[in-house]
Amino acid sequence: MDVELRGVTKRFGPVVANDKVNLVIRGGEVLGLLGENGAGKSTMMNILSGLYSPDEGEILIDGKPVQFEGPGDGIAAGIGMVHQHFMLVPVFTVAENVVLGVEPTGKFDYLDLKRARAQVRAINDQYGLEVPPDELIEDLPVGIQQRVEILKVLFRKADVLILDEPTAVLTPQEVQDFFGIVRALRDAGKAIVFITHKLHEILEVADRINVLRQGRIVGEGDPKQLNEEQLAEMMVGRPVTFAVSKSPAQPGEDRLTLTGVSMISDRGETALDNVTMTVRSGEVVGIAGVQGNGQTELVEVITGLTRPGRGKVKFDGQDITRASVRARHMAGMAHIPEDRHKSGMVDNFTIAENMVLNSYYDSEFSGPLSIDWPKVHETAARYCVEFDVRTPSVFLRGGSLSGGNQQKMVVARELERQTRLVIASQPTRGVDVGAIEYIHERLIRARDEGDGVLIVSSELDEIMGLSDRILVMFEGRIVAEFDNTGGKADRNAIGLAMAGATTGAMA
Amino acid sequence: MTDMTMTHSDKIDLSKARQTRVGGVILILLALLVLFVLDVPMGSVATFKLSRPTDAIPLGDLVVPGGPFNLVAAGILAFLGVRQFLRGGGRWTSLSLGIGFAILVLAFLIWATTGKSFSLTGMLQATVVRAVPIALGGLAGVLSERVAVVNIAIEGMLLAGAFTGALMGSLLGGWGGLVAAMIIGGAFGFILAALVVTYRMDQIIAGTVINLFVLGVTSYVSSQVFSNYRALNNAPVFRSWAIPYLSDIPVIGPMLFNQNIFVYGALILVGMATYYLFFTRSGLRARAVGEHPRAADTLGIDVYRTRYVHVIMAGMVAGFGGAWFTLGSVGRFDENMTGGRGFIGLAAMIFGRWHPVGALAAALVFGFADSLQQKMALLNTPIPSEFLAMAPYIATIVVVAGLIGKARAPAADGKPYVKE
Repeated sequence: MDVELRGVTKRFGPVVANDKVNLVIRGGEVLGLLGENGAGKSTMMNILSGLYSPDEGEILIDGKPVQFEGPGDGIAAGIGMVHQHFMLVPVFTVAENVVLGVEPTGKFDYLDLKRARAQVRAINDQYGLEVPPDELIEDLPVGIQQRVEILKVLFRKADVLILDEPTAVLTPQEVQDFFGIVRALRDAGKAIVFITHKLHEILEVADRINVLRQGRIVGEGDPKQLNEEQLAEMMVGRPVTFAVSKSPAQPGEDRLTLTGVSMISDRGETALDNVTMTVRSGEVVGIAGVQGNGQTELVEVITGLTRPGRGKVKFDGQDITRASVRARHMAGMAHIPEDRHKSGMVDNFTIAENMVLNSYYDSEFSGPLSIDWPKVHETAARYCVEFDVRTPSVFLRGGSLSGGNQQKMVVARELERQTRLVIASQPTRGVDVGAIEYIHERLIRARDEGDGVLIVSSELDEIMGLSDRILVMFEGRIVAEFDNTGGKADRNAIGLAMAGATTGAMA
Repeated sequence: MTDMTMTHSDKIDLSKARQTRVGGVILILLALLVLFVLDVPMGSVATFKLSRPTDAIPLGDLVVPGGPFNLVAAGILAFLGVRQFLRGGGRWTSLSLGIGFAILVLAFLIWATTGKSFSLTGMLQATVVRAVPIALGGLAGVLSERVAVVNIAIEGMLLAGAFTGALMGSLLGGWGGLVAAMIIGGAFGFILAALVVTYRMDQIIAGTVINLFVLGVTSYVSSQVFSNYRALNNAPVFRSWAIPYLSDIPVIGPMLFNQNIFVYGALILVGMATYYLFFTRSGLRARAVGEHPRAADTLGIDVYRTRYVHVIMAGMVAGFGGAWFTLGSVGRFDENMTGGRGFIGLAAMIFGRWHPVGALAAALVFGFADSLQQKMALLNTPIPSEFLAMAPYIATIVVVAGLIGKARAPAADGKPYVKE
C-alpha cells in the first residue's frame, strides 16, 4: 500500500507546524524521517493517523484521495502508529492488550480469549516476533513490550507502520533485534516510517530518508550516499560538530564517594544494591544503563532527595549521607535533574525567578526584608546571554520557553556559581541538537575547571561522548566499569553489561 | 559472606522487620487477653444451637467445653506470636494476624456464651443480612473505581436510596419504592460523573458534597415532613422468601435460601458483575479505562462515556442497597440511618481487592462483626453495649490498617482524564 501527502499544511494559531509537506510512503520500503524536536514530525504523523485534519493539501492512499475525520480513521485505512510512550495496560496480558478495542466475542458479549490467543500466535509466527501471549505486560522487558505494540497494529491489519522514536528505550542489542523485525516487516511488503533523531540508526535501517526542519521537508536522500555530518547539517541548518572536543582528563582528589549504598524503593523493591563508586575532581563519570535500573534513585541519594537505607555518601571527604539538600548546594553541588518539569523548574514562575531558585536566600539577592528584584533581573538577564537562553524577556513564564531553552535555563542556574561537583541527569533530554552541543561543552568546561562531573543518561552516545570513565548500572548494582580515555571503551561490551551480562565485562 | 548479606538486608529491611515484630507482639498480647480476660471456668460449657425446632432437618446442639477450648486458643495464639517474632515476615504476617483474630473472635464467643445457649444459625443468618448493604456499597465502589472514578458518594447514594425507598414505597408499594431507589441512586451517579468526568472536579470533594447534600435534605424532610405526615414514611417490607428444598438444608438453608429479595439480589449482582468485568468485552474495555485511559482512547474506546455508564450503574447498585435499610428491614426512614455503611463498603472494596467476590467476602466479615454485637447485647455480657456497637468499625480499622497486603488499585484511580 502506498500513501502520499501532497501539499499538506497545518497551522496552530500563528505557528505553521507543517508547511506544504510532500511525502511518499511506499510498501516494501523503510522511510526514515529525521528531524529535531519541534520540527513537525509529530504533527505530520497525527495527520496521518487521523487525529488532526490538514488545513490545506490532501492525503492519497494508492492514488485515491481520502478524508480522515477522527483518530480511528487512520487505522481503519491501514495506517498504524507505534507511540514512543507505550499504550499498553500493564496488568493485562499480551493477548488482552492486542485485542483491546477489536475483541473476538461470543454470545452475551463473552470475551473469546482463546481465539484472541490463537490470532496473536498466528501473527507472531508470521513475522517472527516471539511474544508470549499469556504474560502480563508488566512482567515483560521493554523490548518485548515494544513488539506487543507492533503486534497491536498488525492485528488491526495495518499496511503502513509509523514508528515514533522506537529505539529510545532499548539497549543496543535490543536495537539490533528490533531492526531485524523492521526488515522482516518490510520484506513482507509493509511500509515502514521510522521517525528518529539518531543519525546512525537511520543510516543503518532506512531505504530512503526525508529530513524535516521547521515544518518543511528540507532534504531527501539515499542513505548509501549520505553520511552523518551531511544529515545533521540538513536537520539543524548549519554544520554541527559531533565529537565533543576535550582534552584527556586530569583527575585529582576524590570529590564524591559512595560506599555500600543500598536502598529499597517505595514499591518495596531493591532500587540500589551495595553501590560503591567514586567521582574525582577533573573527570567526567558516566552512568550507562537502561532506564529504571536504579539511576534515578542513585541521583536522589547523592543530591539528598532521599536517604539511603544503608551506606555512606561523602562529598569532599565530609559525610553528607544525612545532610539537607541546601547544605549540599551550599557546599558546591549542582544538580541538573532528569525531569525538569518535575524537579528542575517552576513552569509558572518567570525566567528570572527560576534562575534564582537555588540562590534567592543568598545575601547577594536577599536584603533583610525582601528580595532585591532589580538585582535578580539583572543577573538573570546576564545568565540568559551567557547560556544562550533565547527569550525576549526574563519576565516571561519559564514554561513558555521551548524545551531546549528551558534546559539551558536550568543548566545556567546550576552552573553559574561556584561548583565543585556537578550531577547531571539526562542533561539533554528533549533538547535540540544545537542546545545539546552547548550543554555538553559547558559540562566539559566544568570538568576542566576542576569539578567532578557525574552524568546519567539513557543515551549511550551521550555517555560515550562525554565520559572519561563509564559505570554500567543494572538492577541497582554497578555491574561494570570501563575506561573511556579517548573514547576507547567497547560499545558492544557496554551494551552487554546494560543487559545484565556481567561476566567478563569488567575492564 | 552469608553473615554479611544477612546484616545488610536486615538493615535495609528495618521497617519491614519492625512490622513483623509488631505483629508478633500483637499476637502474644491476644494470647494473654484470651488467657486472663476471657478466662472461662474449667467445668462450664457453651451451647450453640444449630437449628430451630421447626426446621425440617433438626440438628443437635453444639456443646463446647469452654475452659479447655480457650486454653488451646491461647496456646495457638502464643505459638503464632512467637513464631512470627522469630521468623515471620512477608505474607506470613497478614496470614498469622488473620488467623489470630479469627481465634480471638471464637474465644470471645465461647466466653460470652459460657453457661448459656446461643443460636449460631441465627447469628450467621443475621451476618448475611447485615452484609447486604456493605456488599452492595462495595460492589458500587468496584464498578466505579474499575473505571478510575473514586466514589466517596456511596454513603450518600445509600442514604438517598433508603429515603426514596421509604417515600415511594409508601406511595407506590414495595416494587415502586425499589425501582425509585435505584433511579435516584443512578441520578446521583450521573451527577457525580458529570462533576468529576466532564468538569474534572476533585473526586473526593465531589463525593463529599453529594454525601452532605443527601444527608441534609433527607434529614430535613424526615424531621419536618415525615413527622407530620406519617403515611409518607410507612412503606411495606419485602418479606423473606424461602426457596423450596434448598432452604431446608441445615445452617446453610436459613443463611442463604430463606432471605428477602435484597440478599438474593446482592448475590446475583455480585455474580453478574464478576462475569461482566472479567469475562466480557465491555468489562475488558472498562478495566482498560481504569488502568490506562490514554491507551483505551487511542484504541477507539470512549473514556468519558465508559466512566459515565459505570458510575451510573454504581449509583443504581448503591440505590438498591440503600433500599435495604427501609424496604428490606423496618419500612421506615430515620435520619442518617445508613450510619457509615457506605464507607465500610469502600473498605470492603479495598479489602476485597477491587473484585466483586472479594468485596462480598469482606462485607461478610463486617456483617459478622455487626451481627455479633447485636447478638452479644442479648447475652448480657459484662461489656457495655456501646462498646459492642463499635465492633463493625473496629473491624474496619483492623482490616484496613493491618491485614491488607499489597492490594493495588486501578492505576488511573482518582485521576481525571484529559483528552489531547
